[in-house]
Amino acid sequence: MNDDTREQGRKDRPSEEAALSARLRRLGDRLDREKASRQSGASSGAPPGADGSAMARGLRLSSELVAGVLVGAVLGWLIDRWLGVSPFGLIVFVLLGFAAGIVNVLRAAGLASGPGDRRT
Amino acid sequence: MDPIHQFQIVNLFTIARFGHTEIAFTNSAAFMLATIVLITLFMLAATRTRALVPGRLQAAAEAIHEFVTDMLVSNTGEAGMRFFPLVFSLFIFILFANLFGMIPLAFTTTSHIIVTFALAILVFLTVTVYGLVRHGSHFLRVFVPSGVPVYVLPLVVAIEIISFLSRPISHSIRLFANMLAGHITLKVFAGFVASLLGAGLVFKPLAVLPLFMVVALTPLEILIAVLQAYVFAILTCTYLNDALHPGH
Repeated sequence: MNDDTREQGRKDRPSEEAALSARLRRLGDRLDREKASRQSGASSGAPPGADGSAMARGLRLSSELVAGVLVGAVLGWLIDRWLGVSPFGLIVFVLLGFAAGIVNVLRAAGLASGPGDRRT
Repeated sequence: MDPIHQFQIVNLFTIARFGHTEIAFTNSAAFMLATIVLITLFMLAATRTRALVPGRLQAAAEAIHEFVTDMLVSNTGEAGMRFFPLVFSLFIFILFANLFGMIPLAFTTTSHIIVTFALAILVFLTVTVYGLVRHGSHFLRVFVPSGVPVYVLPLVVAIEIISFLSRPISHSIRLFANMLAGHITLKVFAGFVASLLGAGLVFKPLAVLPLFMVVALTPLEILIAVLQAYVFAILTCTYLNDALHPGH
């Protein structure tokens, strides 16, 4: 009888594991379906970035503009130093940097497409 | 009373000296170390049991993992998963550092631009180096939008290059400015409470007003702390997308 139950246990274990893995697979399938339906629902909604508060959004856009102008100014200053064309490098590159900053802001606001985007 | 005082760097002890440059262990470094220790402890505790049915800690860790995976896959596709360790480390480090800063008397490491800039330049260099190694000169197509007339192309390329170079700046300024502004606001309102209480009998009841503001601002700051970690990570994903699929 003792042998019998042990035999029973040995037979049970693989079937138990099979049942468990089947349950896991079912759960995984259900999660995938859930995720797919949630994504199709979410993608149509909020604009990219989805910054929660207005303060965060404002800081984000202003930092984009400031970064563009800063990089332009630094590049212009370096070119002035290397080529000795002061102050024209600075003038040209601050203007270019301002343009780049505006492009950054438009992109951050989702009003323009990203770099390298093919629009025909 | 000085609202900027909380951001002061204090040398705790000197580690090494190179010529005249002192490598010091500062309070900022101490809190970075504490953040990393906390994350490590959290992760070790969460993955200790590896139960099929997760406990509380394990569920939290799994939720963060799932969150970062979703973010990475939806922004960069399956190919982006090779950057999972980078994005996950950045997200959880900034999240914990930001939340650490919300504890009274704690130092906020992410309120210093040098820290956030180091993180942003790490992302920038990863994107640039990986893009150039993987795609070679094809990566430079990022700077050349298609469908632009030839005579304005030099101008557009120059603007695109400046825009690309400005990424680490805006990436780092955003996190740093949010943390700095939030902590200063809290400190200023808290300072009002103290000065109104000390101003005399007539003004004492008025101290309730800034106190109310502090109470209202604290959860907002916690929200911003979490949100900025998310924003930093999602921008990392969109930048990585350029390195993975240039010219898309």
